[in-house]
Amino acid sequence: MCGVCGCGGEHHPLAKLSPVPAHGHAHGHEHDHDHDHQHGHTQTQDHAHLSPGRLVQIEQDILAKNNRYATQNREYFNRRRILALNLVSSPGSGKTALLTQTLERLKQRLPLAVIEGDQQTSLDAERIRATGVPAVQINTGKGCHLDAHRVGHALENLNLQDQSLLFIENVGNLVCPAAFDLGEAHKVVILSVTEGEDKPLKYPDMFHAADLMLLNKIDLLPYLSFDLDRCIAYAKQVNPKLRVLALSAATGEGMDNWLQWLLAEQQLLQITYR
Amino acid sequence: MHELSLCESIVETLEQQALAQHYRLVKTVWLEIGALSGVEAEALRFCFDAVTRGTLAEQAKLVILEVPGQAWCTQCSIHVPMQQRFDACPRCGGFQLRVNDGEQLRIKELEVE
Ligand SMILES: Nc1nc2c(ncn2[C@@H]2O[C@H](COP(=O)(O)OP(=O)(O)OP(=O)(O)O)[C@@H](O)[C@H]2O)c(=O)[nH]1
Ligand SMILES: [Mg+2]
Ligand SMILES: [Zn+2]
Ligand SMILES: [Zn+2]
Repeated sequence: MCGVCGCGGEHHPLAKLSPVPAHGHAHGHEHDHDHDHQHGHTQTQDHAHLSPGRLVQIEQDILAKNNRYATQNREYFNRRRILALNLVSSPGSGKTALLTQTLERLKQRLPLAVIEGDQQTSLDAERIRATGVPAVQINTGKGCHLDAHRVGHALENLNLQDQSLLFIENVGNLVCPAAFDLGEAHKVVILSVTEGEDKPLKYPDMFHAADLMLLNKIDLLPYLSFDLDRCIAYAKQVNPKLRVLALSAATGEGMDNWLQWLLAEQQLLQITYR
Repeated sequence: MHELSLCESIVETLEQQALAQHYRLVKTVWLEIGALSGVEAEALRFCFDAVTRGTLAEQAKLVILEVPGQAWCTQCSIHVPMQQRFDACPRCGGFQLRVNDGEQLRIKELEVE
Protein backbone atom coordinates (compact mmCIF):
# COMPACT_ATOMS: atom_id res chain seq x y z
CA MET A 1 0.00 0.00 0.00
CA CYS A 2 1.13 3.51 -0.73
CA GLY A 3 2.34 4.97 2.55
CA VAL A 4 1.81 8.54 1.47
CA CYS A 5 -1.71 8.45 0.23
CA GLY A 6 -3.08 5.18 1.63
CA CYS A 7 -4.53 4.34 -1.74
CA GLY A 8 -3.48 0.72 -1.90
CA GLY A 9 -0.99 1.30 -4.70
CA GLU A 10 2.76 1.00 -4.70
CA HIS A 11 4.88 3.38 -2.70
CA HIS A 12 4.90 6.87 -4.11
CA PRO A 13 8.14 7.60 -5.96
CA LEU A 14 8.19 11.29 -5.36
CA ALA A 15 8.79 13.47 -2.36
CA LYS A 16 6.71 13.00 0.75
CA LEU A 17 3.52 14.94 0.95
CA SER A 18 3.27 17.31 3.83
CA PRO A 19 0.11 16.86 5.87
CA VAL A 20 -2.81 19.15 5.15
CA PRO A 21 -2.11 22.47 6.79
CA ALA A 22 -4.90 23.42 9.13
CA HIS A 23 -5.17 27.07 8.25
CA GLY A 24 -8.24 27.54 10.31
CA HIS A 25 -8.83 27.95 13.97
CA ALA A 26 -11.87 27.15 15.96
CA HIS A 27 -13.57 30.06 17.54
CA GLY A 28 -16.14 29.53 20.20
CA HIS A 29 -17.55 33.06 20.40
CA GLU A 30 -20.02 33.13 17.61
CA HIS A 31 -21.78 36.43 18.25
CA ASP A 32 -19.26 38.82 16.88
CA HIS A 33 -18.02 37.02 13.79
CA ASP A 34 -18.18 39.59 11.08
CA HIS A 35 -17.37 37.43 8.04
CA ASP A 36 -20.46 37.63 5.97
CA HIS A 37 -23.12 35.07 6.66
CA GLN A 38 -25.79 36.85 4.68
CA HIS A 39 -25.88 33.77 2.53
CA GLY A 40 -29.04 32.34 3.95
CA HIS A 41 -27.61 31.03 7.19
CA THR A 42 -30.40 32.08 9.47
CA GLN A 43 -31.81 30.02 12.25
CA THR A 44 -35.34 30.25 10.89
CA GLN A 45 -34.34 28.65 7.61
CA ASP A 46 -32.28 26.09 9.37
CA HIS A 47 -34.50 23.22 10.32
CA ALA A 48 -31.66 20.73 10.27
CA HIS A 49 -30.34 21.52 13.71
CA LEU A 50 -31.83 22.73 16.91
CA SER A 51 -28.78 23.82 18.82
CA PRO A 52 -26.23 25.75 16.78
CA GLY A 53 -22.86 24.09 16.49
CA ARG A 54 -19.42 25.55 16.75
CA LEU A 55 -18.08 27.41 13.72
CA VAL A 56 -14.74 26.47 12.26
CA GLN A 57 -13.10 28.55 9.56
CA ILE A 58 -10.99 26.38 7.34
CA GLU A 59 -10.50 28.36 4.12
CA GLN A 60 -9.23 25.50 2.03
CA ASP A 61 -9.16 25.07 -1.71
CA ILE A 62 -11.29 22.09 -2.71
CA LEU A 63 -8.63 21.09 -5.19
CA ALA A 64 -5.86 21.46 -2.61
CA LYS A 65 -5.09 17.77 -2.48
CA ASN A 66 -4.84 17.42 -6.25
CA ASN A 67 -2.76 20.57 -6.37
CA ARG A 68 -0.31 19.21 -3.81
CA TYR A 69 0.23 16.09 -5.90
CA ALA A 70 0.55 18.27 -9.00
CA THR A 71 3.23 20.37 -7.32
CA GLN A 72 5.06 17.21 -6.40
CA ASN A 73 4.91 15.96 -9.99
CA ARG A 74 6.05 19.34 -11.27
CA GLU A 75 9.04 19.36 -8.91
CA TYR A 76 9.96 15.89 -10.14
CA PHE A 77 9.77 17.04 -13.78
CA ASN A 78 11.81 20.16 -13.06
CA ARG A 79 14.52 18.25 -11.22
CA ARG A 80 14.93 15.96 -14.19
CA ARG A 81 14.34 18.62 -16.84
CA ILE A 82 11.47 16.65 -18.27
CA LEU A 83 8.96 18.43 -20.48
CA ALA A 84 5.50 17.15 -19.50
CA LEU A 85 2.51 18.07 -21.65
CA ASN A 86 -1.13 17.43 -20.83
CA LEU A 87 -3.07 16.75 -24.06
CA VAL A 88 -6.75 17.52 -23.71
CA SER A 89 -9.62 17.35 -26.19
CA SER A 90 -13.02 15.85 -26.83
CA PRO A 91 -13.08 12.12 -27.72
CA GLY A 92 -11.78 11.35 -31.18
CA SER A 93 -10.07 14.64 -32.03
CA GLY A 94 -6.96 12.64 -32.93
CA LYS A 95 -4.79 12.78 -29.79
CA THR A 96 -3.45 9.26 -30.16
CA ALA A 97 -3.03 9.55 -33.94
CA LEU A 98 -1.12 12.79 -33.47
CA LEU A 99 0.99 11.21 -30.73
CA THR A 100 2.00 8.15 -32.74
CA GLN A 101 3.00 10.41 -35.66
CA THR A 102 4.92 12.71 -33.32
CA LEU A 103 6.71 9.83 -31.59
CA GLU A 104 7.77 8.30 -34.89
CA ARG A 105 9.37 11.61 -35.88
CA LEU A 106 11.09 12.31 -32.54
CA LYS A 107 12.09 8.94 -31.18
CA GLN A 108 15.61 9.07 -32.60
CA ARG A 109 16.20 12.49 -31.09
CA LEU A 110 14.84 12.47 -27.53
CA PRO A 111 13.82 10.05 -24.80
CA LEU A 112 10.02 9.88 -25.00
CA ALA A 113 7.22 8.43 -22.87
CA VAL A 114 3.44 8.51 -22.77
CA ILE A 115 0.79 8.24 -20.07
CA GLU A 116 -2.56 7.29 -21.58
CA GLY A 117 -5.80 8.15 -19.77
CA ASP A 118 -9.06 6.50 -20.79
CA GLN A 119 -12.09 5.37 -18.87
CA GLN A 120 -11.65 1.83 -20.20
CA THR A 121 -9.30 -0.34 -22.31
CA SER A 122 -5.57 -0.16 -22.93
CA LEU A 123 -6.03 0.21 -26.69
CA ASP A 124 -4.37 3.60 -26.87
CA ALA A 125 -1.34 2.51 -24.80
CA GLU A 126 -0.95 -0.42 -27.19
CA ARG A 127 -1.05 1.96 -30.18
CA ILE A 128 1.72 3.97 -28.53
CA ARG A 129 3.84 0.94 -27.64
CA ALA A 130 3.67 -0.15 -31.28
CA THR A 131 5.95 2.82 -32.01
CA GLY A 132 8.52 1.46 -29.52
CA VAL A 133 7.91 4.24 -27.00
CA PRO A 134 7.06 3.20 -23.42
CA ALA A 135 3.47 3.90 -22.37
CA VAL A 136 1.46 3.40 -19.21
CA GLN A 137 -2.31 3.19 -19.37
CA ILE A 138 -4.46 4.68 -16.61
CA ASN A 139 -8.08 3.58 -16.61
CA THR A 140 -10.22 6.06 -14.74
CA GLY A 141 -13.33 3.86 -14.72
CA LYS A 142 -16.21 6.26 -14.22
CA GLY A 143 -13.80 9.14 -13.68
CA CYS A 144 -13.96 11.81 -16.35
CA HIS A 145 -10.40 13.14 -16.01
CA LEU A 146 -6.91 12.23 -14.89
CA ASP A 147 -5.77 13.54 -11.53
CA ALA A 148 -2.29 14.34 -10.31
CA HIS A 149 -2.26 11.45 -7.87
CA ARG A 150 -2.89 8.81 -10.53
CA VAL A 151 -0.28 10.43 -12.74
CA GLY A 152 2.24 10.34 -9.87
CA HIS A 153 1.73 6.59 -9.61
CA ALA A 154 2.05 6.15 -13.37
CA LEU A 155 5.43 7.89 -13.15
CA GLU A 156 6.65 5.06 -10.92
CA ASN A 157 6.12 2.61 -13.72
CA LEU A 158 7.75 4.71 -16.39
CA ASN A 159 11.25 5.24 -14.99
CA LEU A 160 11.68 8.35 -17.07
CA GLN A 161 15.11 9.33 -18.29
CA ASP A 162 16.28 12.85 -17.56
CA GLN A 163 15.39 15.36 -20.31
CA SER A 164 12.54 13.20 -21.54
CA LEU A 165 9.52 14.47 -23.33
CA LEU A 166 6.44 13.09 -21.56
CA PHE A 167 3.01 13.25 -23.17
CA ILE A 168 -0.01 12.73 -20.97
CA GLU A 169 -3.08 11.98 -23.07
CA ASN A 170 -6.03 12.91 -20.89
CA VAL A 171 -9.48 11.33 -21.00
CA GLY A 172 -11.39 12.57 -24.05
CA ASN A 173 -13.51 15.29 -22.42
CA LEU A 174 -13.50 19.04 -23.11
CA VAL A 175 -14.81 19.93 -19.67
CA CYS A 176 -13.41 18.24 -16.59
CA PRO A 177 -9.68 17.90 -17.28
CA ALA A 178 -9.48 21.71 -17.34
CA ALA A 179 -9.78 21.83 -13.56
CA PHE A 180 -7.12 19.27 -12.68
CA ASP A 181 -3.50 20.30 -12.76
CA LEU A 182 -1.27 17.26 -13.33
CA GLY A 183 2.00 19.10 -12.88
CA GLU A 184 2.45 19.61 -16.62
CA ALA A 185 4.37 22.47 -18.18
CA HIS A 186 1.53 23.17 -20.60
CA LYS A 187 -1.94 22.01 -21.41
CA VAL A 188 -2.24 21.48 -25.15
CA VAL A 189 -5.81 21.46 -26.41
CA ILE A 190 -6.53 19.61 -29.63
CA LEU A 191 -9.57 20.52 -31.66
CA SER A 192 -10.35 18.73 -34.89
CA VAL A 193 -11.99 20.71 -37.64
CA THR A 194 -14.87 18.23 -37.83
CA GLU A 195 -16.04 19.42 -34.41
CA GLY A 196 -17.09 22.90 -35.53
CA GLU A 197 -15.52 26.31 -34.96
CA ASP A 198 -17.74 27.22 -32.02
CA LYS A 199 -16.16 24.83 -29.51
CA PRO A 200 -13.88 27.40 -27.85
CA LEU A 201 -16.96 29.41 -26.90
CA LYS A 202 -18.99 26.37 -25.85
CA TYR A 203 -16.20 24.92 -23.70
CA PRO A 204 -14.31 28.07 -22.70
CA ASP A 205 -12.65 26.71 -19.58
CA MET A 206 -10.50 24.27 -21.48
CA PHE A 207 -9.37 26.81 -24.06
CA HIS A 208 -8.66 29.24 -21.26
CA ALA A 209 -6.52 26.71 -19.41
CA ALA A 210 -4.45 25.72 -22.45
CA ASP A 211 -1.28 27.41 -23.70
CA LEU A 212 -1.34 25.88 -27.17
CA MET A 213 -4.19 24.82 -29.45
CA LEU A 214 -3.66 22.31 -32.22
CA LEU A 215 -6.27 22.39 -34.96
CA ASN A 216 -6.15 18.84 -36.26
CA LYS A 217 -7.53 17.09 -39.35
CA ILE A 218 -7.01 20.07 -41.64
CA ASP A 219 -6.81 17.56 -44.53
CA LEU A 220 -10.62 17.43 -44.21
CA LEU A 221 -11.15 21.19 -44.62
CA PRO A 222 -12.15 20.91 -48.32
CA TYR A 223 -15.12 18.77 -47.32
CA LEU A 224 -16.34 20.99 -44.48
CA SER A 225 -17.60 24.51 -43.94
CA PHE A 226 -15.25 25.00 -41.00
CA ASP A 227 -14.11 28.63 -40.68
CA LEU A 228 -10.52 28.38 -39.46
CA ASP A 229 -10.04 32.10 -38.81
CA ARG A 230 -13.27 32.39 -36.91
CA CYS A 231 -12.36 29.40 -34.77
CA ILE A 232 -9.03 30.99 -33.88
CA ALA A 233 -10.72 34.32 -33.12
CA TYR A 234 -13.15 32.54 -30.75
CA ALA A 235 -10.29 30.77 -29.02
CA LYS A 236 -8.37 34.04 -28.54
CA GLN A 237 -11.53 35.60 -27.20
CA VAL A 238 -11.43 33.23 -24.21
CA ASN A 239 -7.63 33.21 -24.03
CA PRO A 240 -5.77 36.11 -25.65
CA LYS A 241 -2.41 34.42 -24.98
CA LEU A 242 -3.30 31.14 -26.71
CA ARG A 243 -0.96 30.04 -29.49
CA VAL A 244 -2.45 28.12 -32.40
CA LEU A 245 -1.04 25.58 -34.86
CA ALA A 246 -2.97 23.89 -37.66
CA LEU A 247 -1.98 20.40 -38.76
CA SER A 248 -3.04 17.00 -39.95
CA ALA A 249 -1.91 13.85 -38.19
CA ALA A 250 -3.09 11.93 -41.25
CA THR A 251 -1.10 13.70 -43.98
CA GLY A 252 1.66 15.24 -41.87
CA GLU A 253 0.87 18.77 -43.04
CA GLY A 254 1.87 21.28 -40.37
CA MET A 255 3.66 18.64 -38.29
CA ASP A 256 7.02 20.41 -38.64
CA ASN A 257 5.74 23.45 -36.78
CA TRP A 258 4.52 21.28 -33.95
CA LEU A 259 7.83 19.40 -33.76
CA GLN A 260 9.68 22.74 -33.66
CA TRP A 261 7.49 23.88 -30.81
CA LEU A 262 8.16 20.67 -28.86
CA LEU A 263 11.91 20.83 -29.38
CA ALA A 264 12.05 24.50 -28.47
CA GLU A 265 10.06 23.96 -25.26
CA GLN A 266 12.25 21.02 -24.36
CA GLN A 267 15.39 23.09 -24.98
CA LEU A 268 14.11 25.92 -22.79
CA LEU A 269 13.97 23.50 -19.85
CA GLN A 270 17.65 22.73 -20.20
CA ILE A 271 18.60 26.30 -19.28
CA THR A 272 19.75 26.92 -15.72
CA TYR A 273 18.67 30.36 -14.56
CA ARG A 274 20.01 32.05 -11.49
CA MET B 1 -19.19 15.20 -13.78
CA HIS B 2 -16.07 16.02 -11.84
CA GLU B 3 -18.38 17.49 -9.21
CA LEU B 4 -18.23 13.95 -7.84
CA SER B 5 -14.48 14.04 -7.30
CA LEU B 6 -14.75 17.54 -5.88
CA CYS B 7 -17.27 16.28 -3.32
CA GLU B 8 -15.05 13.35 -2.44
CA SER B 9 -12.27 15.82 -1.90
CA ILE B 10 -14.52 17.93 0.34
CA VAL B 11 -15.45 14.93 2.48
CA GLU B 12 -11.80 13.97 2.78
CA THR B 13 -10.99 17.46 4.03
CA LEU B 14 -13.86 17.31 6.50
CA GLU B 15 -12.56 14.01 7.84
CA GLN B 16 -9.00 15.28 8.13
CA GLN B 17 -10.11 18.47 9.83
CA ALA B 18 -12.23 16.47 12.32
CA LEU B 19 -9.06 15.33 14.07
CA ALA B 20 -7.31 18.69 13.99
CA GLN B 21 -10.36 20.68 15.03
CA HIS B 22 -11.95 18.14 17.40
CA TYR B 23 -15.40 17.56 16.01
CA ARG B 24 -17.38 14.43 15.19
CA LEU B 25 -20.25 15.84 13.17
CA VAL B 26 -20.54 18.43 10.44
CA LYS B 27 -23.81 20.34 10.40
CA THR B 28 -23.18 22.98 7.75
CA VAL B 29 -20.57 23.46 5.06
CA TRP B 30 -20.07 26.85 3.45
CA LEU B 31 -18.46 26.75 0.05
CA GLU B 32 -17.32 29.63 -2.10
CA ILE B 33 -17.79 28.78 -5.77
CA GLY B 34 -16.68 31.22 -8.43
CA ALA B 35 -18.86 31.86 -11.47
CA LEU B 36 -15.86 30.99 -13.66
CA SER B 37 -14.84 27.85 -11.79
CA GLY B 38 -16.64 25.60 -14.23
CA VAL B 39 -18.65 24.01 -11.44
CA GLU B 40 -22.41 23.73 -11.46
CA ALA B 41 -23.89 24.41 -8.02
CA GLU B 42 -26.81 22.05 -8.58
CA ALA B 43 -24.58 19.18 -9.67
CA LEU B 44 -22.41 19.82 -6.65
CA ARG B 45 -25.39 19.58 -4.31
CA PHE B 46 -26.53 16.38 -5.92
CA CYS B 47 -23.11 14.77 -5.56
CA PHE B 48 -22.64 16.10 -2.05
CA ASP B 49 -25.71 14.25 -0.83
CA ALA B 50 -24.53 11.04 -2.46
CA VAL B 51 -20.94 11.28 -1.28
CA THR B 52 -21.62 12.29 2.33
CA ARG B 53 -23.87 9.29 2.97
CA GLY B 54 -22.45 7.25 5.85
CA THR B 55 -19.86 9.92 6.72
CA LEU B 56 -19.58 12.51 9.46
CA ALA B 57 -21.26 14.97 7.10
CA GLU B 58 -24.31 12.83 6.36
CA GLN B 59 -26.67 15.40 7.89
CA ALA B 60 -24.74 18.41 6.73
CA LYS B 61 -26.39 21.29 4.97
CA LEU B 62 -24.51 22.67 2.01
CA VAL B 63 -24.51 26.44 1.57
CA ILE B 64 -22.98 27.67 -1.65
CA LEU B 65 -21.84 31.26 -1.94
CA GLU B 66 -21.54 32.11 -5.60
CA VAL B 67 -18.79 34.61 -6.30
CA PRO B 68 -19.21 36.69 -9.46
CA GLY B 69 -16.45 36.73 -12.05
CA GLN B 70 -14.24 39.75 -12.46
CA ALA B 71 -11.46 40.58 -14.87
CA TRP B 72 -8.88 43.30 -15.43
CA CYS B 73 -9.04 44.93 -18.84
CA THR B 74 -5.49 45.64 -19.93
CA GLN B 75 -6.76 48.15 -22.50
CA CYS B 76 -8.90 50.23 -20.15
CA SER B 77 -6.97 49.50 -16.93
CA ILE B 78 -10.16 48.88 -15.01
CA HIS B 79 -11.83 45.93 -13.32
CA VAL B 80 -14.89 44.71 -15.19
CA PRO B 81 -17.53 42.12 -14.36
CA MET B 82 -17.30 38.84 -16.25
CA GLN B 83 -20.15 36.36 -16.37
CA GLN B 84 -18.47 34.01 -18.80
CA ARG B 85 -14.99 33.55 -20.14
CA PHE B 86 -15.88 34.79 -23.60
CA ASP B 87 -17.36 38.07 -22.38
CA ALA B 88 -15.94 41.25 -23.86
CA CYS B 89 -14.94 44.27 -21.83
CA PRO B 90 -18.19 46.26 -21.41
CA ARG B 91 -16.27 49.50 -21.95
CA CYS B 92 -13.93 48.89 -24.92
CA GLY B 93 -15.46 45.73 -26.33
CA GLY B 94 -12.03 44.05 -26.36
CA PHE B 95 -10.95 40.68 -25.06
CA GLN B 96 -7.66 41.64 -23.45
CA LEU B 97 -9.02 40.52 -20.11
CA ARG B 98 -7.22 38.89 -17.20
CA VAL B 99 -9.50 37.05 -14.83
CA ASN B 100 -8.87 38.13 -11.26
CA ASP B 101 -11.87 36.79 -9.36
CA GLY B 102 -14.53 34.13 -9.70
CA GLU B 103 -12.33 31.08 -10.24
CA GLN B 104 -12.32 29.87 -6.65
CA LEU B 105 -13.51 26.54 -5.33
CA ARG B 106 -13.08 26.89 -1.60
CA ILE B 107 -14.37 25.48 1.64
CA LYS B 108 -14.89 28.60 3.73
CA GLU B 109 -16.32 27.53 7.01
CA LEU B 110 -17.97 24.68 8.85
CA GLU B 111 -20.54 24.38 11.58
CA VAL B 112 -19.54 21.38 13.62
CA GLU B 113 -20.26 19.53 16.81
N1 LIG C 1 -8.73 12.67 -41.69
C1 LIG C 1 -8.07 12.67 -40.55
N2 LIG C 1 -8.40 11.78 -39.60
C2 LIG C 1 -7.71 11.80 -38.44
C3 LIG C 1 -6.67 12.72 -38.20
N3 LIG C 1 -6.21 12.52 -36.95
C4 LIG C 1 -6.91 11.48 -36.44
N4 LIG C 1 -7.82 11.06 -37.34
C5 LIG C 1 -8.80 9.96 -37.16
O1 LIG C 1 -9.68 10.32 -36.10
C6 LIG C 1 -10.09 9.15 -35.40
C7 LIG C 1 -9.84 9.32 -33.89
O2 LIG C 1 -8.45 9.42 -33.67
P1 LIG C 1 -7.78 9.06 -32.27
O3 LIG C 1 -6.32 9.30 -32.44
O4 LIG C 1 -8.20 7.73 -31.80
O5 LIG C 1 -8.45 10.17 -31.37
P2 LIG C 1 -8.28 10.39 -29.79
O6 LIG C 1 -8.41 11.86 -29.57
O7 LIG C 1 -7.05 9.74 -29.32
O8 LIG C 1 -9.56 9.65 -29.23
P3 LIG C 1 -9.88 9.21 -27.70
O9 LIG C 1 -8.58 8.77 -27.06
O10 LIG C 1 -10.86 8.13 -27.82
O11 LIG C 1 -10.42 10.46 -27.04
C8 LIG C 1 -9.31 8.00 -35.98
O12 LIG C 1 -10.14 7.33 -36.89
C9 LIG C 1 -8.15 8.67 -36.68
O13 LIG C 1 -7.67 7.95 -37.78
C10 LIG C 1 -6.35 13.67 -39.23
O14 LIG C 1 -5.48 14.52 -39.12
N5 LIG C 1 -7.10 13.59 -40.37
MG1 LIG D 1 -6.76 8.40 -27.72
ZN1 LIG E 1 -16.37 15.53 -15.02
ZN1 LIG F 1 -11.71 47.48 -21.84
